[in-house]
Amino acid sequence: MKSFLNNLRELRRYPSSIAALFIIAGLFAVAAYAIIKYPYSEAVRLWRGGEEVWYQNPRNAPPLWTNWFSEIKKPVSFVLSSEREDDSQKTTFVNEKGNNEAQIVYTFDYNYDEFPQEIIFYFAGNFVDKQPFASIMWTTPDGREIRVADMGVAAKTTYRFSQDTKLERRVGRIPVMQGLFLDPEFGTEKPVVLKGTYKVVVDVLTFEPESSASAELVLHGSLHGWAGTDHQRRDLMVPLLWGTPIALAFGLAASVVTGVLTMIIAAIGVWYAGWVDELIQRITEINLVLPFLSILIMVGTFYSRSIWTILGVTILLSIFTGAIKGYRAIFMQVKESTYIEAARAYGASNTRIIFLYLIPRIIPLLIPGLVSAIPAYVFLEASLAVLGLGDPVLPTWGKVINDAQNNNALYNGFYYWILEPAVPLMITGLGFAMLGFSLDRIFNPRLRGL
Amino acid sequence: MSAESQPLEQTSGSVKAKATVSTLARVGKYTGSRLITLFITVVIGVYLTILIANMGGYVDNIMRGEIREGIAMRLARDENYKNMAPEDRTAYVATLVSQEETRMGLDRPFAVRSVSFLVNALQLKLGRAINMTSDSGSRLVSLIILERLPATLLLMATSNLILFFAAILIALSLSRRYGSFVDKMVVGMSPTSSAPPWFYGIFMILIFAAFLKWLPFGGMIDSPPPAEGLPYALSVLKHMILPVSALILSSIFISIYNWRTFFLIYSSEDYVDMAKAKGLTDKDLERRYILRPTLPTIITSFGLLLIGIWTGAIITETVFQWPGIGRATFRAIGLYDTPVIVGLTIIYAYMLAITVFLLDFIYALVDPRVKVGGSK
Repeated sequence: MKSFLNNLRELRRYPSSIAALFIIAGLFAVAAYAIIKYPYSEAVRLWRGGEEVWYQNPRNAPPLWTNWFSEIKKPVSFVLSSEREDDSQKTTFVNEKGNNEAQIVYTFDYNYDEFPQEIIFYFAGNFVDKQPFASIMWTTPDGREIRVADMGVAAKTTYRFSQDTKLERRVGRIPVMQGLFLDPEFGTEKPVVLKGTYKVVVDVLTFEPESSASAELVLHGSLHGWAGTDHQRRDLMVPLLWGTPIALAFGLAASVVTGVLTMIIAAIGVWYAGWVDELIQRITEINLVLPFLSILIMVGTFYSRSIWTILGVTILLSIFTGAIKGYRAIFMQVKESTYIEAARAYGASNTRIIFLYLIPRIIPLLIPGLVSAIPAYVFLEASLAVLGLGDPVLPTWGKVINDAQNNNALYNGFYYWILEPAVPLMITGLGFAMLGFSLDRIFNPRLRGL
Repeated sequence: MSAESQPLEQTSGSVKAKATVSTLARVGKYTGSRLITLFITVVIGVYLTILIANMGGYVDNIMRGEIREGIAMRLARDENYKNMAPEDRTAYVATLVSQEETRMGLDRPFAVRSVSFLVNALQLKLGRAINMTSDSGSRLVSLIILERLPATLLLMATSNLILFFAAILIALSLSRRYGSFVDKMVVGMSPTSSAPPWFYGIFMILIFAAFLKWLPFGGMIDSPPPAEGLPYALSVLKHMILPVSALILSSIFISIYNWRTFFLIYSSEDYVDMAKAKGLTDKDLERRYILRPTLPTIITSFGLLLIGIWTGAIITETVFQWPGIGRATFRAIGLYDTPVIVGLTIIYAYMLAITVFLLDFIYALVDPRVKVGGSK
């Protein structure tokens, strides 16, 4: 045990292993953050949610940091709600006719070079008989005022600026977004955005004492958030964060369970010898004939795509592989050691010898193998997802790549859609592979100094 | 495969003759028992695959449901059957369904079907596919596979052969230049091989197809295909560059690293130092003192490589839309086409068994320490 710890201390001599340890620690931190930020049920709800969850987001919007690398600054989406004080100022008073009036003022800076895709108001009215009445005014940075629309507010009312033909006529028969953000100096031939602070004022008249209305201003730019969105308006931050715990869990579980079971089976085979050993050898050879990936695909296609089923089958198929022969060779040597002979002499039981004397001897050899195997399993999960056999419920990195592939992300130039899940996959793979390499060199005496 | 020391010098003629006879008997006995074990392994492996491809009757149910739905839909859309009385229609659907089930063999119990699958497969009678057709319209499994084979062989052979020989040659030269900058770089890069080829594939598509627009996104040939001859070959070559590079890139560093470490272990043997002390050139050292004793390992991995060439790469081919065996496998599974799945498995199993069998003899040929059937 002491030599084992000494060996671990040797890790410090390898700079790559320090980097790897930092990467792995970082991954675990992200995984913990993901689980805390979006509990499992919430993550699933968001990932499976449709328009009703993600209506505030534009489709296929790259992340906002793409602006840092571009001369042309594209508009970033945002949401301003009348219910949050940071977003808007709300003043209520009783007007001269004796009705309650609420004035909601939204102000935002618009310093981008392109016009937004769309602006939408989501009203939610609260009334018994008489609907509240809302009117929207638009003020440009240079002080021009444009009347946008007046409408009754039902329990749920959506007002899309671009679809209002009256507004289009009012802004001069050009697309509404251009009309509202136009810099008048440049004309409409080559429209230029007028940068500055815009103001939107919504007057809500209510006609009942208890009646009220809230209004959400949603601007769909071409960019959204730190991770961007996919074709279903979903924020990619959810699968990016949640992919981490899933990848780690799958990789670690598959690798540890497979490794430990392989070792135990090899030890049992060596200890009992005879037909047990023979059987294990034959099973290993048969397993070699079985097409591993095809079987996984069959299970995924015919039976269940649940990540736990796939994990179980993966483990089952990975136990009886070449590794069992490697462990067998080592156990053969250990079996002949004198301390085993001593154990046998004092009458130790078979299980005692296998689990307390044989197996602990080669645990140091097991560890590098376990760590090095993790990337393969992480990528296996991603590979199955890329084939469309990912878990139907869970948001994973592989599924994002699969969605992107199915929607021709590369052909359409949505590079972020592929790169964002690919980079954490690569980092995870590299982190564990680097650590595995260093551990291998420390624990494997033949590789020492090579 | 224990290395037994050769019997000491035997000068007498009769002893020599006896030794030849006993060698023949030993080799014969070994060959026989080895062939039988391998055959049983193949039989069990293939039968397991058949069982899995059926999922305990689950797939039969899916297929029955699909047949019934397909026929019902067809009749519902067909004007000719519009005025048929409901009970007549039900009866007609039932006959059509039972016909179709007979065609697919669903009328026989699975236990019987699975055995006939197995027996036919072992005789390489691959039979007809259920849903898949070859591009020429044939349902023969052998034709479906043969049609896809050239594409896969072209892709996998090119990349694997380049990979294999490049890795060994570079590793050999690195093992002589241990600790140099290139050596350290290869060691440092080897963790990158934890990512599979398709992963590198999407990066390559991103850079060379989407961003730079130099190379096509996927497929094997321009559309429409150019004239036969040189333009055709050039077009295929252009489509091959990305998948081949992805396949090579994903494992070149780990291959070099493994071979280099392997050669380094062998070049630290005393006889290599001895040869060096004698003043042999590097070339002679490499060829006679390092490559020769490592030959069995090199041959094994070459043999396994040859099998790997055949099976194709399911995901890489899917990502690059390469019309090979790997994609055919994936499609066959998606269409519940058991005959095709079994056909692909049996060929793989046979090739693996033959390779494993031959390797034993090749070991004995290249390594005088190994005797065929010599292990106890």
